[in-house]
Amino acid sequence: MSDKPPSSKADIDARFSELYKTHLRDVYSYSYYRVGNHHDAEDLTEQTFLQAYRHFERALREANGRPLRPWLIRIAHNLAANFYRDRSRKPESGIEDAGMISAPHTTESLVEGREQLKAILDGVQQLPDDRREALIMRFALGMDNREIARALGRTDGATKVLLHRAIRQLEGMVSEPVADSGGAER
Amino acid sequence: MSATDFEALLREALAPVEPPADMALRLESTLVSLTELAQEELDAWELSAMRDPRNWVRPALAAVVGVSAGTALVVLRVRARHRVRKQRSSNPVELVERTFEDAAEEARRIFRRR
Repeated sequence: MSDKPPSSKADIDARFSELYKTHLRDVYSYSYYRVGNHHDAEDLTEQTFLQAYRHFERALREANGRPLRPWLIRIAHNLAANFYRDRSRKPESGIEDAGMISAPHTTESLVEGREQLKAILDGVQQLPDDRREALIMRFALGMDNREIARALGRTDGATKVLLHRAIRQLEGMVSEPVADSGGAER
Repeated sequence: MSATDFEALLREALAPVEPPADMALRLESTLVSLTELAQEELDAWELSAMRDPRNWVRPALAAVVGVSAGTALVVLRVRARHRVRKQRSSNPVELVERTFEDAAEEARRIFRRR
């Protein structure tokens, strides 16, 4: 996206169009892993872009050439928080089939691998909100520490610590049942 | 398991998720809502307001932008070509027709790309 300030309404619209095309998958992925199902993820994605459009001109001015993805994800983050508050509920305990876990498999190792991935996804849902969000941003969206820091309103250092603790906690959650049972069972 | 291995698993578990195809259909239906809203808005107007083409675009857009971000994308592109349509239209009714055609074509273009 151009670093220059927008010169006209048409320019703003063109840039929003570009933002939409570039980050639709990011916003959808983030929404999906936050709410745990496609239906609510679609709603959240649409609402995010609608709100982004309303404030896009100001965001362009204030971004000063920096990427707008953290701003976009922060909107989704805030909307997701409202989503739970309005409906008085927490994220669903499990994530709907994202196409990966239920895919056909032919070997035992693949089955074990999929169980491990499912255990990781279940673990992610059980993490505290800030740790879960940081992991989604890092691994589902590929955001770097600085981007995550901007999206979460934290310092780079605090974000680095947050990610480290989130990974360690999740690793502990996933490996514990294996150690207890001596197998892949939870 | 090493930290690197675990992070690789985490990356695999949290793979990016493509928006489902029916999301495009939902956008299409939102566009239909947009044209209906715009039509209702037009129907409610007095003839005097209709004489000035500038009067109808803004309220229709206001209604539409409130519907969804997907629709907003279509509207943005349609609005960008408003001046051209205005120059080519000999009266407000023709301008309305051209705008609806433009919106439908833009929606088709967006859905074809997805």
